[in-house]
Amino acid sequence: MSNNVEKTSESVRPDTGLFPPVNVVEDANGITLFADLAGVPKDKLGLQVEADTLTIEGEVSFAMPEGMESLHAEVSLPRYRRAFTLSKELDTEKVAAEFVNGVLTLRIPKAAHAQPRKIEIRVD
Amino acid sequence: MYYRTFFPRDIIAELDRLQRDMQQAYDPSIRGGLRGGFPALNVGSTPQSVEIYAFAPGVDPAAIDVQIEKGVLTVAGERTLPALPEKATLHIDERFAGRFRRVVTLPDDIDPNNASAKYRDGVLHISIARKETAVPRRISIQ
Repeated sequence: MSNNVEKTSESVRPDTGLFPPVNVVEDANGITLFADLAGVPKDKLGLQVEADTLTIEGEVSFAMPEGMESLHAEVSLPRYRRAFTLSKELDTEKVAAEFVNGVLTLRIPKAAHAQPRKIEIRVD
Repeated sequence: MYYRTFFPRDIIAELDRLQRDMQQAYDPSIRGGLRGGFPALNVGSTPQSVEIYAFAPGVDPAAIDVQIEKGVLTVAGERTLPALPEKATLHIDERFAGRFRRVVTLPDDIDPNNASAKYRDGVLHISIARKETAVPRRISIQ
């Protein structure tokens, strides 16, 4: 019984994280997402697409002198985490990611069949 | 199409944010609230130094101005975001854009001439040494 409780709390905890601010821009060919993930080194950034969910995760890691006592922390958790529900016309096989100076840029193109097509309106 | 979703798994983070917002409403700082500004600040202390971390992703380090004057540290600059392409739609707009300025009151024992600043992974780390005399020294009893 107590074992069960422990398992639950462990499975909940990795989900808690800071909410990185994002901008999402859509144009005719796809979607671009920008996320602020300051303090995340490149090798601690995790991107995952599972079914229709895009998850962005990052571990905050920066140099701190030994024995430093924290007096004030606005970045109060060592992790960022945010998930987005994608729509099915997006081609998740062709996602391109760039991560520079703590800013993630994700480009998700629309599938070829979902590219805009002008529909002629006929008036009889 | 719904690009915005509710994130049930992040409810704890949301509650935390709500709590902080409420706290700020009751006990605001004279300069308009300690939290929620850009860049976010973490402040730490060691016996030898004061450490300030400014979370300023996507800012050109050359465009950040760091000053210590009369015991007050100022971090100021500007963040410009890429212009919205023509015929594009902005679905979510949360990232800070424009000029920023944040101020930290420093303790009395710091040495303003002995400070360094580094920018890495979007974090500006400012380290200001304490004056020699302020470093605690152990006095041996004979």
